[in-house]
Parts: sequence; C-alpha cells; structure tokens
Amino acid sequence: MVYAVRVNGSLHKVEADGQTPLLWVLRDTLGLTGTKYGCGIAQCGACTVHVDGQPMRSCSLPIEFVGSAEVTTIEAIDDPIATAVQQAWVARDVPQCGFCQSGQVMSAVALLRAMPSPSDSDIDTAMSGNICRCATYNRIRAAIHDAAATLRGEAV
Amino acid sequence: MTEDAQDSRGFRLTRRRLILGGTLLGGALLVGYGVARPMDVAGAILSGGGTDPEESPFGAFIRIDLEGWVTVVNKQQELGQGIHAGMAAMIAEELDADWDRVKVVEARSNFRAYGVQITAGSNAIATNWDAMRNAGAAARSMFVNAAALRWDVEPDAIEVRDGVVSHPASQQSASFAELLVEASRQTPPQVPVLKTAEQYRLIGTDRVRRKDSQPKSNGSLIYTQDVQRPNMLVAMVAHSPRFGGRLARFDDSDALKVPGVVEVFAIDTGVAVLAETTYAAKLGRDALRLEWDDTEAETRSTADLVAYYHDIAAGNGGIGSADFATMGEDPDAPLTGDMVEFSFDFPYLAHAPMETMDCVAEVNGFDVSISSGAHLASLDQVMAAFTARTIPGRVDLEVLPAGGSFGRRGVMTADYLVECVRIAQRVQGRPVKLMWTREDEMRAGFYRPMSHHRVWVEMGADGFPARWRFHSVCQALTPVGDNIQATEGITHSPYFSTARTVAGKIFSPRFPVPVGFWRSVGASHTALVMEHVIDQLARRAGQDPAAYRRSLFEKAGDDRRIAVLDELMEKSGWSTPIEAGWSRGMAISEAFGTIVGQVAEVRLEGGRPVVRRVVAVVDCGIAVAPDQITAQMEGSIGFGLSAALFGAVTLKDGYVQETNFDTYPVVRMNEMPAVETHIIKSTNRPTGMGEPGVPPIAPAVANAILALTGTPTTALPFLSGAAATNAGFSMRG
Amino acid sequence: MTRRSDRPRRRRFRIARIFGIAGLLVVAAIGLGLVYLLYPRPVLQSEPIAVETLYAQLESLQPVSAFDTIVEPRLRSVALFEEVGRVLQSPRCMNCHPATDRPTQTEAMWPHMPWVSRGLDGGGEANMRCTTCHQAQNAEASGVPGNAKWSLAPIEMAWQGKSLGDICRQLLDPARSHMTREELLHHMAEDDLVGWAWNPGGGRQPAPGTQDEFGALVAAWLETGAQCPQ
Repeated sequence: MVYAVRVNGSLHKVEADGQTPLLWVLRDTLGLTGTKYGCGIAQCGACTVHVDGQPMRSCSLPIEFVGSAEVTTIEAIDDPIATAVQQAWVARDVPQCGFCQSGQVMSAVALLRAMPSPSDSDIDTAMSGNICRCATYNRIRAAIHDAAATLRGEAV
Repeated sequence: MTEDAQDSRGFRLTRRRLILGGTLLGGALLVGYGVARPMDVAGAILSGGGTDPEESPFGAFIRIDLEGWVTVVNKQQELGQGIHAGMAAMIAEELDADWDRVKVVEARSNFRAYGVQITAGSNAIATNWDAMRNAGAAARSMFVNAAALRWDVEPDAIEVRDGVVSHPASQQSASFAELLVEASRQTPPQVPVLKTAEQYRLIGTDRVRRKDSQPKSNGSLIYTQDVQRPNMLVAMVAHSPRFGGRLARFDDSDALKVPGVVEVFAIDTGVAVLAETTYAAKLGRDALRLEWDDTEAETRSTADLVAYYHDIAAGNGGIGSADFATMGEDPDAPLTGDMVEFSFDFPYLAHAPMETMDCVAEVNGFDVSISSGAHLASLDQVMAAFTARTIPGRVDLEVLPAGGSFGRRGVMTADYLVECVRIAQRVQGRPVKLMWTREDEMRAGFYRPMSHHRVWVEMGADGFPARWRFHSVCQALTPVGDNIQATEGITHSPYFSTARTVAGKIFSPRFPVPVGFWRSVGASHTALVMEHVIDQLARRAGQDPAAYRRSLFEKAGDDRRIAVLDELMEKSGWSTPIEAGWSRGMAISEAFGTIVGQVAEVRLEGGRPVVRRVVAVVDCGIAVAPDQITAQMEGSIGFGLSAALFGAVTLKDGYVQETNFDTYPVVRMNEMPAVETHIIKSTNRPTGMGEPGVPPIAPAVANAILALTGTPTTALPFLSGAAATNAGFSMRG
Repeated sequence: MTRRSDRPRRRRFRIARIFGIAGLLVVAAIGLGLVYLLYPRPVLQSEPIAVETLYAQLESLQPVSAFDTIVEPRLRSVALFEEVGRVLQSPRCMNCHPATDRPTQTEAMWPHMPWVSRGLDGGGEANMRCTTCHQAQNAEASGVPGNAKWSLAPIEMAWQGKSLGDICRQLLDPARSHMTREELLHHMAEDDLVGWAWNPGGGRQPAPGTQDEFGALVAAWLETGAQCPQ
C-alpha cells in the first residue's frame, strides 16, 4: 500500500505494509533518525513524536492509522516552547548517553503546551512514560521547571 | 536459496582458503617479528584500517586551527559518562586553552596513534591523567617558546590564559591562532612541566561541562542505530531461545516471501534475515520456522540454580573452590563462640541500555569497515579481524557514541559486533546494519552473574568481628584466571581490621548462561554483603552503625573512608531525628579506587521501599569535571536503585522470562529520589566515576529497612513479579 | 605500499635467525591452532519444515438453550448471569474496570506498565493519555491493543475485587452504570470496545465464546428478570 503522510510540514508518499510502525517509516524511509527505537512496545517513550500536537509512541502507531494527521518529529519542533525546553536541557546538561532525550524533549514540550506551570507531581505524571536508563530524571524535572519559568518571562 | 547465492558460496570457500593461508602466514610472521619488536608489530596490526588521523604538530590528541579552535581527539568512548569533557579538560587545563573554544571529536580505533583504546572499569580519567596533561603542557610550551622567540623575551616571563599568550612586562599578547604557525615549528619538550593542583583554573570547576548536550537535545547526534549508508541492508538474527542451544533446522520459505527481505542464511549464532528496512527484517525473522537442538542447552529454572548455588556453598556442589582474602593464623579452623551467619542471593541482571545492541559493518575481501558504539575498541578491532579472517590493521573501526552500555558493549568476545561482521562477510561489499530488538538484548545473556554469599562471623568480646569466613558462589567473568571480580569489595575490606583471621572460598560454577561486566561489576553485589552485615553487627553490639564503622575504619587506618563517613554524617543530618515512618540507611563502598558513601531516606508503603532522598559523598581524588561527577552519582543511584528494587532476569526451563521494560521494570521519573552529591576535596590522582556510585544504594536502602523494621535483607531485588510493576505514585513520598 | 611489500621478506629472514628450530615449532603450533580456529565449518541450509498450526486454547460459552433445563425462572436468570460473568470476569474486561485509578494488564492482571491514571475522562492524564500508545485497532508490531473508544470504565463501575453478585447489582443500577437496560444490552452485545475482548491480539487469551453468544446470554438474562447471584 502507498500511504501519504504529513511529516514536519511536507507530504510524503510511502510504500509500506499498513501495520508498519510510523517509527520505522520515519527512520528508515524518511531518514529522520532523531526518533529512536528503544523497546518497540510503547514502554520507554524514546520514539515519542507529536501527532496533531499530541505526544504519541511512534513504535505503536501503524502507518495506516496516521491518516491525514500532521506528524512532528524532534527535527522540526521549533516553537517558543520547544526552544525554551531545548535551551533548558542544554543549560542543565541534562543528557548523559542522550539516547532517550529526543523522546523526553518531545514529552516535555507536549506537557508545557498542556500545562504551562506544572508541579513536580504533574511532571512525574506526564513524564513517567519516558525511561532514561542513565536516570537523568532530576535534571529533566529541573529543566522543565526552568523552561516553564522562561516562558512565563521569569529569569532562570 | 537461489543458484546465484550457491555459486557465490562456492567462490567464497575458495577465497576463504586463500585468506586462511594468507592469515596464517602473516600471523606466523607477525608472531615471530612480534617477539623481536613487540610495540612495532602491535602498532602495525592494531592501527586503523582506514587512513591514519591527520598529523598534528601538537601530537595525536590536540589539533589547533587558524581560528583558534582547539580540537581534542577523545580516544575513550563516550557512552553517557561525559568522558569527552574530562579528557578535554585535562588537556585544556595544561594548555591554558579557552574552554569555550575547545571542541571534542571521537577517535577511530588506532593503536599506533592513540595507544590502547579500552573504556572500562571507570578507568578513563585515571589512566589518561598523565598522558592528557602532558599533551596539553607540551603544546602550551610550544606556544610559549614561539612567543618568546617572536618577542625576544624570556619564556619564563610569559603567561598563557584562555588561549591567549602574553608577556605582561612588555604588554604584548597574541592568541593561539596568531602564534599557530610559529608554535607548530617548535620542538615539544621531552618532559613538560605540569601544574600543581592549586594552579588549576579549569579542572575542578563548574566550567567543565559536557559539549554534546545540544546535539543530544535536538536529535541530531548520530548513534549506531542512526547510521545510514547507501545500499545498506538491515539484519536481524533469530537466536536460540535457550542458552547453549544450537540451530538444528530452519525453513526460510515464508521469510523470503516478506516484501523487502533480501537474503536469509544461517550463521553460527542463529539465522540471519537481511532486508531493505528494519521492519521487513523483523517480519522476515518472525516468519522463520526454526528447530533448535537443546542437548547442550541450559534447561534449568532460576529456583533450580539458586538451590544448586546453596548446595555448592554448603560444599555439596561437586566443584572446587579457590581461596580469597585469606589472612591470619589457621583461618580455616572452625569458628566458635558467639557466631553469626548470613546468607545473600543476587539475581542475574540485564544491562538494558536504551540503545539496543547494533552495529554497522561492511566487508570487502580483506577490508572491514565498522561503525559501532564499541567501548573495547582495541579488542573489538581484533575480534572483527579474526571473524573476517584479516588482520586488525585492515579493520577501520569508527567509534560512535553509544546510547548507554553499562558494560553490555564491553563484552570481551564482542558478541554483537562479531555477529554483524560475520553477516557482512557473507554479503561482501554491502553495508549491513545489525539491529537487535529489546527482546534480543534481554535474552542474550552477558548478565551481571547471579551469586550466593554465605558469611559467618565470630564476634569478639568487644562487639567487633574477630573472625570472618565467606563462601561465595558466582560464575567467573573471564574464561581463565581467578574469579577475582566475584569477591572484589570483600577481599580488601577495611572491616577486617579487628579480625584475627579471614577465610574466603570462591566457587565458580560453569554453565551456558553467559555473564559479563555490569556497571560496578563485583561491587554491585558484594557491597550489600559487607555493608548490610556491618549494620547487623552494629545493631547486635548495640552501636550506631556510623560509629561502629568509624571504629573499624580507625583500626584500619583508613583515613579516606573516615573523611567520607564524617562528611556523610554531617550532610545527611545523620544524628538528627527523622519524621516518624522514615528512616536513614548508610553504606560506604569502594570501586575502582573511588570511595562513595550514601545515606538513603526510606519509608515503607505497603511493603514497598520508597526512597525520597539520597545524600552521597564521593572521594575520587582530584575532581576533574565536578558536574559530570554529580551527574554520574545521580545516574548511578537511579541505575542501582532500579536493580535493587526490581532488577532480576529469571529462567524458566532455561527460557528468559524478562524480555522488555514491562517485565524488567526500571526506575522511572516518579520513583527517582532527590540526590545530593558532595565531593571530598582531594589532591590525590583522580579515580573513576562511571560506576562507583552504583554499589552503595542497595545496602543503604536495606540498612534503612533494617532500621525501620528490624528485618534484614537476604536477597535482591526487594520487589518481584506483580509487586515490581506496582509502582505506586507517591514514590518520593 | 612499497614498504609494505618489502617487509615480510625481512621478517621471515629474522625469524629463522632469531628462533631457530624451537621458534619455528612455536610458530607452527600457533599456525595449526589458527587453522583449527579459522577452518570454515559447514553452514546449515534452509529445508522445508512443516507448519505447525497452533490451536489457541479457546474457551467456549454455553448457549442460552443450555439453561432451558432450569425451570425456576429466578434460578435460570442467576445461572445465565453466572455464564455472562465468565466473560465479565475475564482479564480482558476486568483490566479496564479497576478498583483504583490505574488499570491492570495481562492475564495476571498486573498493574499497567508504564504507570497511567484515569484522569478526568477515563482517558488518561496529560501526556499519558490512552491514545499516547493505544490506537484505534490493535497494533501488530508493538502488540499494543487498541480500540477507538479505549478508556477506563468509570470508578463507580469498578469490578476488580467485587463479587459477581455485586457486579450484577452495579450493572443494574443506572446511577453507577449510567446505562438503561437497553443500553446495557447494546454495550454488551454490539459495542466494539467490548467486542475487542474477543479479538485482543498480541497473543492474549480472548474472552470465552463470541460476542454474539455473549449478547444472547445477556439478552436472555435480562428477559428472565435480570436476577443477580448473592
């Protein structure tokens, strides 16, 4: 089957089995390798992308269900929220091995869109689907608070 | 199989013989020559198979360009521990470079250029401490000499700071860029003068920060998983579901019908499916029909193995033992009087790094080109050469940053990398990306070995141990040699300071479950043994565990541990009361020369340990990159806590039961305690930080639980089965 | 390149001189070892293997007619509901009728991994919505089950830890089930969210019988007065 998917603002025609996870279409077919394979069963969140603005695990999203939705990957997030999150990540030196961080950033951006000033427990709730084996969780939490503060116009 | 494939196999066999003959002859010659000129030969056969690195007048590790950028060539592998920053800081400090204009690039594997490239045992800072500082200092003196010549002044009167060379007396100054041409003509000094610790401006400050946070926050960093090469095939391999099982028969007729599947063939580790995309390879592999010969396979269950280990420790296992930690007169005499016995069981643990095992390789005759997050690069290069029947010098190994490893990519047989080369060899001339799924990785072994420790202590009248005896059972990590890793952390324990005798016996059973190095290695289990025993002995003696430790450390003259203990007591508020329902537990352990103490604040919620805060103190000698020491402490505590709370790989009839994060839970954000790290100021040579933060967390939690309930811990993990997945949501309390 | 071709000749010369016979024997032994190590071993070829058809251990439901022998209407209704209960109390249904805010999963009904909570609408909290991972249908590659209406039953419809009698009374109480008996029948017999229980994918054990058989049992139970077990 040929599917037309909207990824990062442009339309791509992709020939694939309908059950092919969006993850592998992004990585193997479109060459967008910022989105990572970590577990393949929606346990770790390394493959998180935005589908119509909502965070989704692309390993568990068959291409046939994407339809006309707009898919955004780590390569193309560039609104003020995303910028604030990524700047906070760098300022705190959040990443260690860094492999999960695309997914962490995608989840963090989605969280701040839904909740501009999340509490610690809001962050725990929203981010518990993203595993980091290097356990950078405390810095992630701090960086999300920093980004939220920046977006509120406060100095970090 | 098509006829083409058969033809090419026939051809390959002939060529293989040719290669074989050539390798043998070459090998024999090299061995002969090697005895005469060992380093020359090692250099020749281990150098990169591609081009050697560009020549730099400042040596292999430093390049400086006309814009004043200093590029540090990092010979160690970056797998999250931030080693690139430490390596660069050691150079930049002595070079007096501008840290903001220092870049780091990863070195390819090349013995001739960089020496041995092994990133293991938390050794990178420790083993490169002299070489990197010397390289920086030598380059600095070249700039100083160049400036002295240009300005006609004494070199001693010249200062260098942040990449600027100056002569204050004549108020002249020039940047590295301006002096580059002249400096590169200077002869580097034989013995560069190094700074003393008090003169450091960069090392030990918060200016030393990692340089890869940006590409790691925007998805642009390329890991092995992300490597794309023209014409590349993706390979997946169906492995034996049991350890030691061998492929008996396979049928690829359905697999070859999957669109995108290109080729299927058997290799020594199973059946390889090659396809144009990862998903096609996966579907193709799922469509294989496989039969396994399990005559030599491990078919026992975890409960059988635990019982077997207990039999061995009781002397009924039918296997011999080796002595360790033996001291005193007649240590094997029976223990008498006031004797206490302890028993501990530890499970197999998977590393489960976020990036599963993967490797990209292309073989063209004698030439092999590999991209992989290889952390034993020098060894991996040799293993790849053996596999492809060529010499290591024809193997070009691009070392990529790894998405974690924790020891998994440091398997000495380079299992996944060898598998990839073997496949690439069959498809000559086409790059192959080997992809393991999470399930492949969890089932493939090289686990932290399971172990059983039996400890007997004869107490002296003063309430301190008078005699110790250990029976430890643990598979060996190396094929030959004493099984020293299994007892490291016990062998030289400072707690033996009051003992008349110590007698240790290590039993090393051999069976087909492969074991490997797992972050902090032996200390990952022995720390619980020693630290939890000490807490129980302290309670028996009616003493505060911290005071009890202090007495033992004083008797041992262990000033470093005393300093760690004092700092830990102060920063954790050890002597102050804690809220009802909470308690503190302490542990202090040493790994790879670094001493780490931790105090965990714990309560029990329906039987589940909840850890809200950990105060950590570390003595790792001179702290080169404090922010990365802090990061490693946080990460090690999260990693160690994952294992302590839930970590266990179990077997049922030889089949691995935990295959992904749903059955092998790890600490998630809601379970991560707050971590406070304090670094002991030291002028000693630096020691490692990648692993030593892991061991103390399990005993710290066990000791806190002991303080809360009086119940000792006899096995890890604290939680298993449904209890493990039942992460409550108020974990941090 | 010329250097490379010169070298071996020089080396060979040296070996003979330096080691003499003993050295050459060592070299020969190493050589033989390498022959053993590197000798090509036979490689298995693909051969036809018969396809093993795996018959899933499916549980069936008794047809409504099986209860005709029970004469007493109340007892018949209770017996019908007990048969209905075999479906209701299967992990496929119970997992999304948890007693807490967190669903369970698998045959063992372990707490859902990763942690999720029902949220305001039964569809999860921000960022951890059901739809973050669950799609409109089962996803084959990940094994993650799916349905367009995937969500938790309201807390007042918690079944876990309840007796079948309590579940029955809960169903019949519109204040808790938010359904009339017609809606209840429709939910059980025709709702494709409930229908997922018979097509769970990912190697999961389906609920007993079929949705049609189940619907018929529910209908018969309602017709016989919707009596509840103790």
